[in-house]
Amino acid sequence: MAAEPSTNDTPWLVADAEPLIRIKGVSKKFGDFTAVNNVNLDIYQGELFCLLGGSGCGKTTLLRMLAGFETPTSGQIIIDGVDMSDVPPYERPTNMMFQSYALFPHMSVEKNVAFGLKQDKVPKDEIAERVHNILKLVELEDFKARKPQQLSGGQRQRVALARALVKEPKVLLLDEPLAALDKKLREQTQFELANIQEEVGVTFVVVTHDQEEAMTLSTRIAVMDKGEFQQIGTPTEIYEFPDNRFVADFIGSANIVEGKVVENDADHVLVSTDLGDIYIDHGQPTTKGSRVWVAIRPEKIQLSKEAPKKAAPNQIAGKVDDIGYLGGMSIYLVRLENGEIVDVTTPNLLRPKNKSQGITWEDDVYLSWEPSSAMLLNK
Amino acid sequence: MSASAQDAAGKVSKVSTDSSGLLSRLARKLQSRWRTIVIVIPFVWLLLFFLAPFFIVAKISLAELKIASPPFTNMLDWSGDGFPKIRLIFDNFVYLWEDSLYFRTYLNSIKIAAISTFICLLFGYPIAYGIVRSGPVTKQLLLFAVILPFWTSFLLRVYAWMGLLADQGTINNLLIWVGLIDEPIRMLYNEFAVYVGIVYTYMPFMILPLYANMEKLDSTLNEAAADLGSKPSNTFFKVTLPLTMPGIIAGSLLVFIPATGEYVIPDLLGGGNVLMIGRLLYNEFSANTDWPLAAAVAIVLLLLLVLPMTIYQYYQGKATEA
Repeated sequence: MAAEPSTNDTPWLVADAEPLIRIKGVSKKFGDFTAVNNVNLDIYQGELFCLLGGSGCGKTTLLRMLAGFETPTSGQIIIDGVDMSDVPPYERPTNMMFQSYALFPHMSVEKNVAFGLKQDKVPKDEIAERVHNILKLVELEDFKARKPQQLSGGQRQRVALARALVKEPKVLLLDEPLAALDKKLREQTQFELANIQEEVGVTFVVVTHDQEEAMTLSTRIAVMDKGEFQQIGTPTEIYEFPDNRFVADFIGSANIVEGKVVENDADHVLVSTDLGDIYIDHGQPTTKGSRVWVAIRPEKIQLSKEAPKKAAPNQIAGKVDDIGYLGGMSIYLVRLENGEIVDVTTPNLLRPKNKSQGITWEDDVYLSWEPSSAMLLNK
Repeated sequence: MSASAQDAAGKVSKVSTDSSGLLSRLARKLQSRWRTIVIVIPFVWLLLFFLAPFFIVAKISLAELKIASPPFTNMLDWSGDGFPKIRLIFDNFVYLWEDSLYFRTYLNSIKIAAISTFICLLFGYPIAYGIVRSGPVTKQLLLFAVILPFWTSFLLRVYAWMGLLADQGTINNLLIWVGLIDEPIRMLYNEFAVYVGIVYTYMPFMILPLYANMEKLDSTLNEAAADLGSKPSNTFFKVTLPLTMPGIIAGSLLVFIPATGEYVIPDLLGGGNVLMIGRLLYNEFSANTDWPLAAAVAIVLLLLLVLPMTIYQYYQGKATEA
């Protein structure tokens, strides 16, 4: 199970690469309700792909269609070149890690992990060896004789992972793999999961509602809403170059204002908004006079008590309305003269000289941001 | 004046704190007593209505038939000078052992009960599974249908089966009318009728524990098994069946134990042709008025049922401990 040396970390950019999973025009309806609406997606060998969205967005339904527990109402799923339409779950080259883990309560850890291999009629000594190796990987060798109910939540999660991984599937499907763990353990396990994925080289498809989890784990993320993909891209693309308001708002936080394009040149766009005229460099495809939205991430805004020395675009004055001190950084809610509230986050880089804050309530402050920091959204 | 009032007030408050302390102490005492009471009630119940009758029956089984009222000899013989002699007579048990009729009847009872239990399980298991898997409204309706027969008298239901199974009964008449048969099939007063009666009557006792057990079963376990490459039939034997074993055991015991001692069904549906221990016991007790022998029959039946179960539970307990 040696890690395959990956010559290319971005297979989705390679023009003639053959995707491992092809989802072509897949829809799923439950009665009148459309859970998944005509989605197309290619996932490549070795990826750790996240389906991210709120509850009821269709991400779990899509995952269950990959596993074979649900049949698409229309469309096609191809895994490793084979059409999965008529392939039952027990013959698919996928394995799933369930949100509830679904460990067999009447079997020991060892038997749980060996269950899948027994179904494949793997020789006995090979089963023993593979079970031993995988339990070593997830550090559960000492617990192999225990029953699931004698394990902690984190240990159960690792048994579930081992049970799915031991079959060396082409694709491992993970349904909210970390949701049942507490925060500290979740953060630690995120990295473990990514490391294990790298080690075994299996393609992971992860469903999660936790954007932090998605950002840490994934090579690429598909943001889903109402059964459709809102955007597919790397964590950086999704965060810094969102396609629309939903993505900008769902991933991280953003100040989003509506506006009208007043200048549309090759090297910049000027949008008239409630925050004043916003200057965005790099021409972005839009038309003059059209209604657009501008999103600015709170951490991209500079906050200062001193008025800027020279007038430039993207400057605005306000009053500090509220402060959220988080230790590592602070959140400032700044009220503008027209009543709009703007979120600004600032890292607390220096330890203050005394116990009083640098900027405090009702201080007059000046906000500014780089021409490249604002994001123009057409929808 | 004011001082004395204060004094009085102080006294009152003192008394009140004292009494409240007393009350809380009482409450605490009651609470600890309550735990004892909760445990004692079932013990007293079992003692009064199970253990005491059992010892009375056991005592009678060790006596001798006597033409008197009650129709058996006393265990304590006072005829000597002052010291009572204890007379234990094992003749009844020896008789049970020597007369092969009893042995055959016990065997036949156990056979009929076992086969009936198996048939109940065979039909009850899929029925319980179907109920668990049905929608919430259908589920309530089906559960109600399972319990519904209890609303009519047990005796009435057995008589109804006589009407259905008789030579001139509903089923035979229907088959003749349809033209499938020319002569009535003999269905009443044989073992077949007894099986029908027992399976029909005891089916709810199989379905309900199975239902309660299956309801708790996590259906994602089936998905997990399928995902790991297990075909549905294999999943049933490796996952569903072991996990529903407690329900199977509970349901089977609830059917098997009363079916073994069943009296009404073999009497009414089996006529004189089906030997079951309940009928034999009734005969000894009422027709022959041989209370000691009847008591011995009952004691042996109890031992036959309790011993294997105790042994099973002992090993089961050991297995879960390990």
